[in-house]
Amino acid sequence: MDNYLKDIQDIKKMMDKSSQFISLSGLSGILAGVYALTGAFFIKYIDALDNGYVIVDSYSFKLILLVAVAVLVLSVVTGLLLSVRKAKKQGETIWNSTSKRLVANFLIPLVTGGVFALLLIKNHYYGLIAPITLIFYGMACINASRYTLRDVRYLGLTITAIGLVATYFMGYGLEFWALGFGVCHILYGSVMYFKYDRK
Amino acid sequence: MVNEYADFNTLKELLGVTDGNLASHAKALEAEQYIMVEKQFIGKKPNTRYMATKEGRKAFKDHIDALEKLIQKR
Repeated sequence: MDNYLKDIQDIKKMMDKSSQFISLSGLSGILAGVYALTGAFFIKYIDALDNGYVIVDSYSFKLILLVAVAVLVLSVVTGLLLSVRKAKKQGETIWNSTSKRLVANFLIPLVTGGVFALLLIKNHYYGLIAPITLIFYGMACINASRYTLRDVRYLGLTITAIGLVATYFMGYGLEFWALGFGVCHILYGSVMYFKYDRK
Repeated sequence: MVNEYADFNTLKELLGVTDGNLASHAKALEAEQYIMVEKQFIGKKPNTRYMATKEGRKAFKDHIDALEKLIQKR
C-alpha cells in the first residue's frame, strides 16, 4: 500500500514542480516589507517638514518619488538574490519555463498599474494613486500565484482588499501603503519563511 | 493538466534522465497514442514538444483513480 501512496505523492510533486516556482524566498518578502516601512517613515518625516502639504514638482514630491522607486528596486533586487540563493540550495534552476511564466504573469498587471499611476499623476488625480497601486499589485500577486507558492495568492487578496479600503478612506494613502507594502509583506514573508525556507 | 505542453529539454531537466532514456519512454507513449510529438525549429535550433492526447489524458486519470482506489481499499 505504501508504494501506491508514494506513487501518487510523486506524481503530485512532479505536477507542482513543473508548474510552480518554488524557490521564492519568504525572507525577501520580510525585507521588502521592512524597506517599505522605512520608506514610509522617511516620507512621513518629509511630509511633517512641509506641514502636511505636498506640492507637485516640488523638491519634496520628487524625493517621495525617489524613495518609492528606491524601495521598489531594493525589494526586487533582494528578491532576486535571495531566490537565486534558495534555488541553488534546492538544486533547482532559476530561469526556466516556470519562472518565465511567473515573471510574465506578475508583470502584466503590475506594469499596467504602474502606467495607470503615472497617468493619474499626469492628470492630477493624486488621491487615487495609493489605492490604485495597491489594487494592481494585489492583482499581480494573485495572477502570479498560479506559478509559484500559493501563499502569494493570499498576500494578493489582502493587499487588494486594503487597496479598496484605501479608496474608501481617501487621503490616507501613505498609511495604507505602509500597511499593504510594509506590514503585509512582513507578515506573509514570515509565514512563508517559517513554512518553506527553514529546512 | 498543469501544462499544455512540455518540450524535450524541460522534461529532461524535470525528470533528471538521460536523452536516450527520455526519448525511448516518449516513443513508447507516442506508440500508445497517449502523447503527440511536435517538431519545429526555433530560429536555427530544433525543438521537440510533447502534448497529451485525449486518450493520454484519460489513461492518466484512470491510473490516478486506480491508485486512489487501491489506497482506500487498504
